[in-house]
Amino acid sequence: MEFLDPVLLARIQFAFTIAFHIVFPGLSIGLAAYLAVLEALWLKTNKKIYLTAFKYWLKIFSIIFGMGVVSGVVMSYQIGTNWSVFSDKTGPILGPLMGYEVLSAFFLEAGFLGVMLFGMEKVGKKLHFFATLMVSIGTLMSAFWILSVNSWMQTPTGYAYNEVGQFIAEDWFEVVFNPSFPYRLAHMTTAAFLSTAFLVGGVAAWHLLKERKEKIKNETARLMFSMAMWMAAIVAPIQLFIGDLHGLNTLEHQPAKVAAMEGNYETQKGAPLILFGIPNDEEERVDYAIEIPKMASFILTHDMDGELVGLDQFAKEDRPNTKWVFYSFRLMVAIGMGMIAIGLFSLFLRWRKKLYDNRFLLKTAVWFAPSGVVATIAGWIVTEVGRQPYTVYGLLRTYDSHSPLDAPAVATSLAIFVLVYILVFGAGIVYTLRLMKVRPGDRGELSDEESKVKSSVTLSNRLPHESDKKGANKEESNHD
Amino acid sequence: MMIDYALIWAGLIAFSVLAYIILDGFDLGIGIMFPFIKKKEDKETAMNTIAPIWDGNETWLVLGGGGLFAVFPLAYAIILPALYMPIILMLMGLIFRGVAFEFHWRARKSQHLWDKGFAIGSLVAALCQGIALGALVQGIAVEGRAYAGGWWDWLTPFSMTTGIALVVGYVLLGSTWLNMKTTGSLQKQSRGIAKIAGIATFGFIGLISLWMIFIEQQYLHRWFDAPNIYYLFVVPVLVFIVGVSLFITLKRERDVSPFLLSISLFLLSYIGLAISLFPNLVPPSVSIWDAAAPDSSLKFLLVGSAFLLPIILAYTTYAYWVFRGKVKEGEAYH
Repeated sequence: MEFLDPVLLARIQFAFTIAFHIVFPGLSIGLAAYLAVLEALWLKTNKKIYLTAFKYWLKIFSIIFGMGVVSGVVMSYQIGTNWSVFSDKTGPILGPLMGYEVLSAFFLEAGFLGVMLFGMEKVGKKLHFFATLMVSIGTLMSAFWILSVNSWMQTPTGYAYNEVGQFIAEDWFEVVFNPSFPYRLAHMTTAAFLSTAFLVGGVAAWHLLKERKEKIKNETARLMFSMAMWMAAIVAPIQLFIGDLHGLNTLEHQPAKVAAMEGNYETQKGAPLILFGIPNDEEERVDYAIEIPKMASFILTHDMDGELVGLDQFAKEDRPNTKWVFYSFRLMVAIGMGMIAIGLFSLFLRWRKKLYDNRFLLKTAVWFAPSGVVATIAGWIVTEVGRQPYTVYGLLRTYDSHSPLDAPAVATSLAIFVLVYILVFGAGIVYTLRLMKVRPGDRGELSDEESKVKSSVTLSNRLPHESDKKGANKEESNHD
Repeated sequence: MMIDYALIWAGLIAFSVLAYIILDGFDLGIGIMFPFIKKKEDKETAMNTIAPIWDGNETWLVLGGGGLFAVFPLAYAIILPALYMPIILMLMGLIFRGVAFEFHWRARKSQHLWDKGFAIGSLVAALCQGIALGALVQGIAVEGRAYAGGWWDWLTPFSMTTGIALVVGYVLLGSTWLNMKTTGSLQKQSRGIAKIAGIATFGFIGLISLWMIFIEQQYLHRWFDAPNIYYLFVVPVLVFIVGVSLFITLKRERDVSPFLLSISLFLLSYIGLAISLFPNLVPPSVSIWDAAAPDSSLKFLLVGSAFLLPIILAYTTYAYWVFRGKVKEGEAYH
């Protein structure tokens, strides 16, 4: 009977659609900023290499942004279709925040996107840069508002109830800048930049590895790789610091979530840090745990013998699903540690002037290309599953939030979503990979094609579809 | 006297929905008529006339939905479950339509599939929007603060008719847009399509207007009781004048006027609809004031909107202005 539960189906649907969605805006934030930086460098130095890198990533950005737009439109309606009680009750608070997201971010991005993608020849360099900048600012403003919304659902403040049971705002400043918001915003924006850095770095590394065999230098790929590794070296350690602060904030406001993250079933002093194990909800312990004594207490309370609240302090029906939170958290942290290691190693190689020649680093970077995206989804699972069983933490239960819909309706729409998403976004990923396969810089097939048609087309001339038949037919046949 | 924030917001939401219908209307219309455009080059030109602006056009839909959630959360919570299937299918249609702009240029063997996705996606989105509108007009069952009907209540002969009517209307907008933005064979073909779509749209406006009177007593009284009948009579008269002018300008092969007149036809129909429904947001029982969020929310968002909406309109106009003029065949943006 479990499968016929409309609430569970609606939860699966929301998780599925938002897990797809979160990838695209995450990368859009990072890529838009990267493009703005590249274009600024091009304007400042007039070096063609920056423009080449800009053009290369603009094409990829336009696909990723497009997928972000269409999956985002779905999100803005799904809250109403599947979670109507939640909509009615939280609308007076969350609605205006989302309204501000549309007004200050979505229109800005959409309005200038056309100029950014198609307008170079029509508006000139400086106005074009302005458009790129506006798109980038739009993506960041969008992150600001949507994370304010999400944070309020996690740590609600500044509210009261009205006579029909809706949340209403008492203090908008407290609603927007609720206790977990600054940490969440910093953590997510940094994650977006890191995801992009590792994507860019991974693609560049792939081309550099190919270049090694062919004994030619690809300056554009080197530029991309170098910039990406700077980002990793500087920002990945900062992310560890931000993540730590975020964890402390969560401990203060959502102790059940932290207990699930740590796999800490019983309240104890000097709690160990469990590196890995299998959470066992029935027996209320972690099986096969590999642990460092007292370390969890030290990290979270900065005291070896500090007391940590365990899941035993919460009634069973008030606990989040331990397994999802526990595993996702470890995956996220492991990837973060890997990023830091790569960043530090790149610094060492840079100092030895061997940044572009170390096969180990290049291969690892290729493997890490999707790591930021994976870590983002894992982190999102930690925070969202960790919020359960509530939609508004401690105030509104998930089982009291859903629409008056029967299971068949939700099941049908879920099936449609899964089918369409796999088809559309699967194809989108294939096309993105195909663009990434094109060698950046002056020697690739792309630039040959580009130079032929340059006179008649704009900056964003895309890969003409008749070109590059050799390499890509394989993927095509997979897809068709 | 107190300021009626709910009324101001009803006006603003109505404006964004209207902006959506007109702006995304013509680009969905192009998607719907896409399979009927004969030459491949013409197809790509048609797509290029909207590629830089479709995203901005669609943002008005997000504002319409997001705005409803923000300022009329009760209406949002009732309407969306009531129109569950049309909305889900509309979203799916918009997904295929939206990615087609990018995927068309990336795909090789599968290009024709994405072009079909573009056409079918546009058709489904338009049809579902029309069905949703019809289902709203015919009334939604409400109990307490929630939708009280089944998940197929929206499907009636009337809602199907409004669905088809909107498809036809969007084709009129799309074809007159192409008539304005293109030259040569594409313009000629668009003009032909516009004439057919114009006649059909005109017929549907008449049919649905009469049908509505029989659906709900309130609509009958609103239009035909004295003194309303004396001044509301202007609306159908204007519809007639605009319709005739549309044909004259199409016949005289004007570029811009047919598009503006098509927009006027939509505007008049929209005003007619608003006259029928006011002050209900969810007919027959939930009014603007019932559904409105508390004043604190309405005020908070209004402050920003008063500042941001003019800016949005300014740069949206600018974006249209950058891509003004005829789009010529082979003028590849890609």
